[in-house]
Amino acid sequence: MARRRFSFAGDGGVKVRITKEERLMLRGLPGQLRQLMDEDPDDPAVRRLFPPAYRDRPDHEHEYRRLMGEDLRDRRLAALVAMEDTVDADVLTADQASGWLRALNDLRLVLGTRLDLKDDTFARDIEEDDPRVPALALYGYLSVLEEELVEALAKGV
Amino acid sequence: MTIAPAPVRADDPGLDEVTNPDLPWVVIVWNDPVNLMSYVTYVFQKLFGYSKEKATKLMLDVHHKGRAVVSSGPRERAELDVFRLHEHGLWATMEHDT
Repeated sequence: MARRRFSFAGDGGVKVRITKEERLMLRGLPGQLRQLMDEDPDDPAVRRLFPPAYRDRPDHEHEYRRLMGEDLRDRRLAALVAMEDTVDADVLTADQASGWLRALNDLRLVLGTRLDLKDDTFARDIEEDDPRVPALALYGYLSVLEEELVEALAKGV
Repeated sequence: MTIAPAPVRADDPGLDEVTNPDLPWVVIVWNDPVNLMSYVTYVFQKLFGYSKEKATKLMLDVHHKGRAVVSSGPRERAELDVFRLHEHGLWATMEHDT
């Protein structure tokens, strides 16, 4: 079995075993997502990060957005900063690991929305010359990373 | 859905007295093609303190039935739950359970 990239550290935190090459690739991703959130809040992929709380009560939804929208954005940005600041770390505290988890998931949500993923996308054969291949590869890698991080964190629940 | 509160029947006078008017909101998580099954289970455990078994059952309900009621309570509490689910990237909404 391949060595896990994350393992439970016993105090809620996790140990990280990621190669330099992986860290190099991960380093820029939080900044890219932050930039997208800043520059294009109406992008459908960004809007996926801010779904409505009320489906059929626009009055309640408006009020909810007014009260909570900025907080939600702040939490997302804090998670991105946590991942960015500790991208070279060998051990993450529980809070930092939580930031990584949410940042990785947000990156996958945005990529997945951009790629218009469906439940069966990966069950179908993807052609080699499909222009989505690079993004799908990144999405797949982030999915493996998140899966391993969840597995490590779940040991502490 | 097993954990959804039983519907209150307005024509049952016995229920009116014991029904708490502050408990009519349900929080629903909807299926989406991105969130990992393991992640969704973990989020339910972490946010709501559910057992692995209960969290897994709810996750499977979301996956197979398209949605599951994951919590219920007064409006403010439901809004907080929705907020925390949104913070974790889950597609959550709330509605009046009338």
